[in-house]
Amino acid sequence: MPDRRLLCLAGAALLCIVAFMTIGLRGNIGFVLALRAIKLAALLQVSVSIAVSTVIFQTVTNNRILTPSIMGLDALYLFGQILLVFLLGGLGYAALDAQLKFGGEIIVLMALATGLLLPMLRRRTDMGLMLLAGIIFGILFRSLNSLLARLIDPNDFAVVQGASFANFNDVRTDLLAFAAILTIAGIVIAWRARHVLDVMALGADTATGLGISWSRNVTGLLLLVSALVAVSTALVGPVAFFGLLVVALAERLVDTRSHAALMPAAMLTAVIILVGGQTLFQHGLGSSSTLGVVIEFVGGFAFLVLLVFGSRK
Amino acid sequence: MIRIEDVSLRHGQTQILHDIWLTIPKGGITALVGPNGAGKSSLLSLIARLQPLQAGRISVDSFPVDTTPSRDLARILAILRQDSIVTSRLRVRELVGFGRFPHGRGRLTPDDYAIIDQSLQQFDLTDLSDRFIETLSGGQRQRALVAMAFAQGTDYLLLDEPLNNLDMFFARELMRSLRRIADENGKTIVIVLHDINQASAHADRIVAMKSGRIVADGTPSDLLTPKTLQAVFGFQMRVETFDDMPVVLHFR
Ligand SMILES: Nc1ncnc2c1ncn2[C@@H]1O[C@H](COP(=O)(O)OP(=O)(O)O)[C@@H](O)[C@H]1O
Ligand SMILES: [Mg+2]
Repeated sequence: MPDRRLLCLAGAALLCIVAFMTIGLRGNIGFVLALRAIKLAALLQVSVSIAVSTVIFQTVTNNRILTPSIMGLDALYLFGQILLVFLLGGLGYAALDAQLKFGGEIIVLMALATGLLLPMLRRRTDMGLMLLAGIIFGILFRSLNSLLARLIDPNDFAVVQGASFANFNDVRTDLLAFAAILTIAGIVIAWRARHVLDVMALGADTATGLGISWSRNVTGLLLLVSALVAVSTALVGPVAFFGLLVVALAERLVDTRSHAALMPAAMLTAVIILVGGQTLFQHGLGSSSTLGVVIEFVGGFAFLVLLVFGSRK
Repeated sequence: MIRIEDVSLRHGQTQILHDIWLTIPKGGITALVGPNGAGKSSLLSLIARLQPLQAGRISVDSFPVDTTPSRDLARILAILRQDSIVTSRLRVRELVGFGRFPHGRGRLTPDDYAIIDQSLQQFDLTDLSDRFIETLSGGQRQRALVAMAFAQGTDYLLLDEPLNNLDMFFARELMRSLRRIADENGKTIVIVLHDINQASAHADRIVAMKSGRIVADGTPSDLLTPKTLQAVFGFQMRVETFDDMPVVLHFR
């Protein structure tokens, strides 16, 4: 049954992709197509990395409300970026190769994220505590960002992405190839871990009893989540509630938490919303820059609904 | 054989287990009894490497539990925790199927399916096998968890209060199933029981704990005397013998 639904989702996602590429083509068609293909590649990567990282994060933390971005991982990524500028100076930072910078930022994020979150995830902490810590982390990193931004030279600051809102219109195309390698590697690793993830969803004790090394797996998965968050944040900027929205929808669509079905479903749902939404806003509803705002609004609403009415835990 | 040597455990300032020495030979049912907070669950979770060993040594079939790879241990030892909660949306058959995880890392062979079916049947779950766990009664859920531990196919089974929530019929059924797999398949079962008469009826050996220490150890007829029971549980109770089985009258 989930197979049929996955096929439907795949069809819908394909439709969105075709529409994105073809609607309103005019002028130099070859040039426009190439431009759109680049943007599509970025949107696909963002969809996939947010979907996969959210599913994994929710399984490891055993809840349906927290996502990497609600825990402030994307803010942490920007923090790492500003930290690098702070240490190297704006000029030194700008002089670095873009790929090299990105690689450095990913490593900084992995180190910060595991350092901060691992102690909490080693043993499964109480849900309320996790939620509280998550919100506090989110606020902390965001305020640290503005503090550091004030401390560094305004000229230096211009080098940092600086965006606090996702902009799906303005993607970093220079990192696309590097990010693609990371995203594909991430999908492969996540797919191979699908059975382990199913077992980890049973809880630390049951998983250990079934032969899972809990801390080792949590560490590995957290590193994977960090890399994927870095990809999406680098490409379009932070997206607070998109992952939550996508996974909540996908879980209801396939009606299972089996990762072999949930991960593809979440990826496809993300593609449909992001690529489909971008097409819709570009050609139907005028301004395409509003997609980010609309997604955050709907996602934020979903967050409230899950919080108030409780998810089927 | 499970060998526990000089094991102690503390959480912060409180000493939870004091220098425990215990050897459980291969085969048979050992019942672990004692008042709430005696340390039974703590001891079981140490044997099953669910929490790190702080002091002392524990080995199962001569594999030290703290250094043996978790996966290898999962093929000789299964544990059912006292308060296992399943939060995933799972059907009974899927849950029981997780018992096969240590053997194929998630890939199920025809043999695995046969074992899953047998476990479902063993614990009377065949009719419920397509139901979601969250729609089951507490007792049915408990049976599904026991069936999962059983499907793991290990020589050693640690069960922490598996009779919780079971009615008289299923409590008896479960104990008889355990007796059968101990006798026929040579399994070693360590089970925490609160119903002392179930221990009397089905266990080969009873180990009594109190305040983090082992205070009595012996066959049911050796151990179930008013004097020992008072020492363990702190109140006077009568013991009568029916059909060579000591029955503890602890109700009034
Ligand atoms: N994580 C923990 N932190 C602090 N104390 C604990 C913890 N787990 C158990 N204890 C304490 O250890 C003692 C033994 O608990 P437990 O092994 O669960 O007993 P039993 O299973 O015999 O009822 C109790 O006093 C309990 O309060
Ligand atoms: Mg207990």
